[in-house]
Amino acid sequence: MNTIADELTSHRFFAGLDAAHLEVLTGCARNVVIAKGASIIREGAHADAFWAVRSGRIALGVTAPGRGMLTIDTLHADDVLGWAWLFPPYRWHFDADALDEVHAVTFDAVCLRGKCAADPALGFDLAQRVAAILGDRLNAARMRLLDLYGSPQPG
Amino acid sequence: MTPVSHRVVGRRVETADVVTLQLEATDGSRLRYAAGQFNMLYAYAVGEVAISISANPLGGGPIAHTVRNVGSVSRALCGLQIGDTLGLRGPFGSDWGLDSAAGGDLVIVAGGIGLAPLRSVITQVIAERDRFGTVEIVIGTRTPEELAFKAEVESWRARSDLSVHVTVDRATPGWRGTVGVVTTVLPRVHCDPAAIALVCGPEVMMRFTALALMERGMPASRIRVSMERNMQCAIAQCGHCQLGSVFVCADGPVFTWERLEPLLAVRQL
Amino acid sequence: MAGPSGTTLALDGDGLETVIAAVRQRGYTVIAPTVRDGAVAYEPITSAAALPRGVGDEQGPARYRLRERDDDALFGFAAAPSSWKRYLYPPATTLWRARRDEHGTLLFDESAAAVPRYAFLGVRACELAAILVHDRVFAGAAHPDPTYAARRRELFIIAVHCGSPSGVCFCTSMGTGPRAREGFDLGITELLDTATPRYIVEAGSPAGLELLESLAASPATVQDLEAAQAVTDVATEHMGRHLETGGLPEMLQRNLEHPQWDDVAARCLSCGNCTMACPTCFCSDDVEAQAPDGETSARVREWASCFSHDFSYIHGGTVRETVRSRYRQWMTHKLGTWWEQFGTSGCVGCGRCIAWCPVGIDITEEAAAIRASDGRGRGSA
Repeated sequence: MNTIADELTSHRFFAGLDAAHLEVLTGCARNVVIAKGASIIREGAHADAFWAVRSGRIALGVTAPGRGMLTIDTLHADDVLGWAWLFPPYRWHFDADALDEVHAVTFDAVCLRGKCAADPALGFDLAQRVAAILGDRLNAARMRLLDLYGSPQPG
Repeated sequence: MTPVSHRVVGRRVETADVVTLQLEATDGSRLRYAAGQFNMLYAYAVGEVAISISANPLGGGPIAHTVRNVGSVSRALCGLQIGDTLGLRGPFGSDWGLDSAAGGDLVIVAGGIGLAPLRSVITQVIAERDRFGTVEIVIGTRTPEELAFKAEVESWRARSDLSVHVTVDRATPGWRGTVGVVTTVLPRVHCDPAAIALVCGPEVMMRFTALALMERGMPASRIRVSMERNMQCAIAQCGHCQLGSVFVCADGPVFTWERLEPLLAVRQL
Repeated sequence: MAGPSGTTLALDGDGLETVIAAVRQRGYTVIAPTVRDGAVAYEPITSAAALPRGVGDEQGPARYRLRERDDDALFGFAAAPSSWKRYLYPPATTLWRARRDEHGTLLFDESAAAVPRYAFLGVRACELAAILVHDRVFAGAAHPDPTYAARRRELFIIAVHCGSPSGVCFCTSMGTGPRAREGFDLGITELLDTATPRYIVEAGSPAGLELLESLAASPATVQDLEAAQAVTDVATEHMGRHLETGGLPEMLQRNLEHPQWDDVAARCLSCGNCTMACPTCFCSDDVEAQAPDGETSARVREWASCFSHDFSYIHGGTVRETVRSRYRQWMTHKLGTWWEQFGTSGCVGCGRCIAWCPVGIDITEEAAAIRASDGRGRGSA
């Protein structure tokens, strides 16, 4: 049985993280299994956690009247779910549902924010990793704005 | 070069604006071609347009072209019905070079209607599956409705010897698959630096895809892309498809990214 | 100086007439310079009387004028506005025709136009070089163009070594003239050292030799040969333009973003005159021409220009949207990428693009301006 620290070390989000920092983080973490179809977060709710996905897929989206859940992004193994826990007012922007049974490591946000405040080096490292994810998501969103496949091709 | 009259023997509506035509020569001749090559298709009194072949070159059946209705000629072609005839010149251009990829892994990335010329290669790979290592297929479309070859994609997905990822830019209610551009899928696919990548889609999508593949450690020389330019004669004489010193119709349409990247880096070349 | 045969004749004006007659007798339509609408034009002729006697020209940027010479020279001018290319690569060619049979099935007929047998009289060295360039483009291709190949096969070329370069000429820079070295059947030098012009004629091919040997004329003397050589030696000294060709393709390649492209784009009208006048420009459109009765439809190849806005059209828009990119395409192709494609320069130094540019853009000056600040264009392709 892997420890949480082992699982985090092998997760892309935490790759290369300082061993001491990892030790601190595991203090806020626990393993979870989320049932297929379960709601993980809800738009507007308090952002009190984040998840490092180990397996299974998560749909991120909004629920529109009469149209159900409109997926805007999907998350997979090695992705993380949630960054709103890092910035006030700590509210989720979207819904997230498990598309499969999801195995993840979840972190308590209050605990994490406390550790970051106590150790600015850890806080900076974590903020950098979150910023990198936000950059990737922003680039991906921009590419979708380009409507790439809408443009022509000889076929 | 005079066209050969071909009869439509099969017609399938793929999406709202895409039709696949199956064609047989009225004189009984058979076209020999390689996956990735294209033909000039002629609609009577309208004109000609370059369309990639979307059928399996080893299949022995009718030749297939998947046409998107984007202009006067393609509109006329999309409107053809079984029994109608059209003109066909070809095949022209370079191919995906599948033989040189034998023995190794394949990463196939399609964007939108770019799946058509790759369907040719995918069906050939399935027919000769043991010649290749792992085969990853990443297909991006704007919406689930705009995915061409739906039934076939499902059959590919059902195979244990192919890894198929379909991702859409905009999910519709009920879509339970992946959402995001193709590049966001690439970090998750099996991608050995020694693999060969075959990429087809709109030019911007191919540029981002090549970048993402290189971030996965693939050298530009192992990434192959299929280019679009204005092709009229298809025999490197009309000049329209020039890109630097390259005639896309004859030197391409399939190029290595190594060859193409410096050319596409110059705006309006 | 002498052709491969070693046979070189000296003819007078009447002798030139016998050459024309001999060529015609062999079934050729003779195309030669004549004066039309205030310019020299290459047209069918039946007699030397149609040649432009005593006519010279003045050419400069956006300038072409005929002038009266003080002699009776028949070839006393430089490149005519329209090159020979229209005879081998016509401005419009029917490629094939489509029709329907009684069942509605499409049928295709290869265009079967009769092949004219042309004899070009008065081809300058630069123009001959242009024909040899087109040989590579059209006849040396994987799919040779049937119209060009057939007309070229039947072609008889009578070159006239140039003694009258104009202000826009730079064949010496391009290594193509003023003396034709290869590719002609007969080579003529016009000597103006006597009251009436004389013509030193050499054979450059077996067909040329056969024709030459059929003429009753005296062999050229050593002095004749020296005088003929002097004609082109003097012409070499009178080039109106110069183009530095050392490392030119590479120089252009590394300056694809040079500010000079913006400078020339501010002057260029993108009219395409240069491409029409150029003897090597070969771009074309394939267009559809339906017969008025609707019974047949033809695929027609027409001259096109890379300066047209929609030349590089792909669905969704035009690749070369700006004049800057279109001029750059034309010039870098002509002087640069042509080498990679066809193993030769696309420019032969005839200067037509300079004379016939309505705003007088000079390809030699543009290339020199880029070279003068080589490296300011950080292109990499």
